[in-house]
Amino acid sequence: MTRIETIIAAHAGREGPLLPILHDVQAALGHVPEEAVRTIAQALNLSRAEVHGVVSFYHDFHALPEPRRVVKLCRAEACQARGVEALVRDLPDVAGVKVETVYCLGLCSVGPNAMVGDTLHARLDSARLGQLMADMA
Amino acid sequence: MTLVRISDDALAIACGADAVAQAFAEAGCTVERVSSWGMHWLEPLAEIDGMGFGPLVPGDVAAVLAGSSPKALGAIEDHPFIARQQRFTFARAGKTRPLSLEDYAAHGGWHGLERARSIGPEATIDTVTRSGLRGRGGAGFPAGIKWQTVANAPGALKYIVCNADEGDSATFADRMVMEGDPFMLIEGMAIAAHAVGAHRGYVYIRSEYPHAIAKMEVAVALSAEMIAPFVLEVRVGAGAYVCGEETSLLNSLEGKRGEVRAKPPLPALEGLFGKPTVVNNVLTLAAVPFILAKGATAYADIGFGRSRGTMPVQLAGNIRHGGLFEVGFGITLGELVNDIGGGTASGRPVRAVQVGGPLGAYHPPSEFHLPFDYESFAAADALIGHAGITVFDDTADMSAQARFAFAFCAAESCGKCTPCRIGAVRGVEVMDRIRSRSGRAADPVEHLPQMRNAAKAPRTVSDEIALIEDLCETMKFGSLCALGGFTPYPVLSALRHFPQDFGAEPQQQVAAE
Repeated sequence: MTRIETIIAAHAGREGPLLPILHDVQAALGHVPEEAVRTIAQALNLSRAEVHGVVSFYHDFHALPEPRRVVKLCRAEACQARGVEALVRDLPDVAGVKVETVYCLGLCSVGPNAMVGDTLHARLDSARLGQLMADMA
Repeated sequence: MTLVRISDDALAIACGADAVAQAFAEAGCTVERVSSWGMHWLEPLAEIDGMGFGPLVPGDVAAVLAGSSPKALGAIEDHPFIARQQRFTFARAGKTRPLSLEDYAAHGGWHGLERARSIGPEATIDTVTRSGLRGRGGAGFPAGIKWQTVANAPGALKYIVCNADEGDSATFADRMVMEGDPFMLIEGMAIAAHAVGAHRGYVYIRSEYPHAIAKMEVAVALSAEMIAPFVLEVRVGAGAYVCGEETSLLNSLEGKRGEVRAKPPLPALEGLFGKPTVVNNVLTLAAVPFILAKGATAYADIGFGRSRGTMPVQLAGNIRHGGLFEVGFGITLGELVNDIGGGTASGRPVRAVQVGGPLGAYHPPSEFHLPFDYESFAAADALIGHAGITVFDDTADMSAQARFAFAFCAAESCGKCTPCRIGAVRGVEVMDRIRSRSGRAADPVEHLPQMRNAAKAPRTVSDEIALIEDLCETMKFGSLCALGGFTPYPVLSALRHFPQDFGAEPQQQVAAE
């Protein structure tokens, strides 16, 4: 059994299993490759277009792997009010680190905030964000 | 041995609570990780025998234990931020360990479910209806009526779906419920299931909340026996803001693209997998155990007009005392921002506050008399939404905020309806022209002889503003859901209250939407 087939089997019997399967594939492989789309479509009796449509709809699923480490920086209103746009202007260029925009991490009273993996960072300023990125590289 | 209580809420952890907890443990204290009091500017906050200390860093621990810390706050219960609240939903905040069934039961947990089971489904729905509880997600629809519709719907298979896709900026109350008091939400869902005859439920949590997901999964497993035969499952979103819209959420749960469905049919009649479904926000379901345990009257006695009970208001953005403030409806916006929130964190004057997240209106201080109430806000062309308040100081550029509202809508639109999908993109373009004060000459197509209705003269900034107003009207009345339909609120309110930021004459009367 391939890795993808194992993941699909783990969700057998669930109602609406596509999103949980895609989450697991994304977590295991870092992306949802074409081959996975094909296998999942076959297993769930969906067309490849339907599975592709779901993968491309959601921000969390990626068709291509991302070799860099990702820091998700919140740029929603509450973090804007606390100065995140100034941080964006001063963003250092750190090799191997990609800064992605996310809308809201739910820490809106202590922004600007960022998330690396499942780890949250609050009360960021340019220096702390720069340090965080340098530590990731 | 000294018992120290420190929150393990995601916000406290992001502010460094783990390191502080470890420092207390290394100093020989017993550390208990509890829910957050909701005083976010004081996190990480430690409590020792009811006395608070914060915001702490590990280096403060020795002074705290020696009784000489300048960060001593006195008794937490007496802190003005806590003492002024009416905490129904957040009664246990700061006091219990989130995943301790023992703590939950010792602090009044499960009484609501026991009561619902003893009085039966009809009386349960009647209690919720009489409490006046309205949907806390933003729409404000009476919860009891929704439940009654599902209860009356034919069919043996019904669902309870909890909308925990809290994507609005400035909102974190759902997250705090799930991370701080997950059993309360589970109890609320179990009561709803009992009331309408559902046997399966889902909590749809956004993926940006890993701590909430982890805690809810453990809590669901721990409480499975308590809520049986009702079966609950946690599902994780995938980064789509629009899935906070209930029909889009249902599609996502079914494993489809999170596209909005046209209503009718109502989800109450044809919801998840086409079955009758209760879709309620976290705060709605979390209010239910109190209502059942303490009675409809205890809840309905608090409030203002048709908005009964309490609202967990979230104070966020550039605010000195940010956090969670649960209070009866009717408190004014000014009291929340100035008296309780203490004005801006930057110390500069407040220029605007946005109420209700990215789709909520901007309010200047001249509207601070507005009472927090669904109807009063609607009458002022605004909404309370999920009750998040974002404060901006006088450095804010309101035309930039209006542009952001369109840009956000463009980024998050599900693409199903045209006013939202295309309107948002056009809105960004027009806002860019307004902001550059460049105006726009007619393009070659507009000069073609057959384009009889196209203006040949260059458009001025005020022409562009008229275009924005037209576009907002189309989006408001033509969009399928609140994403496209409510994007005009922040845009038009910014334009109405801050016309100088758009290059319009301050005295110009902008048509009220």
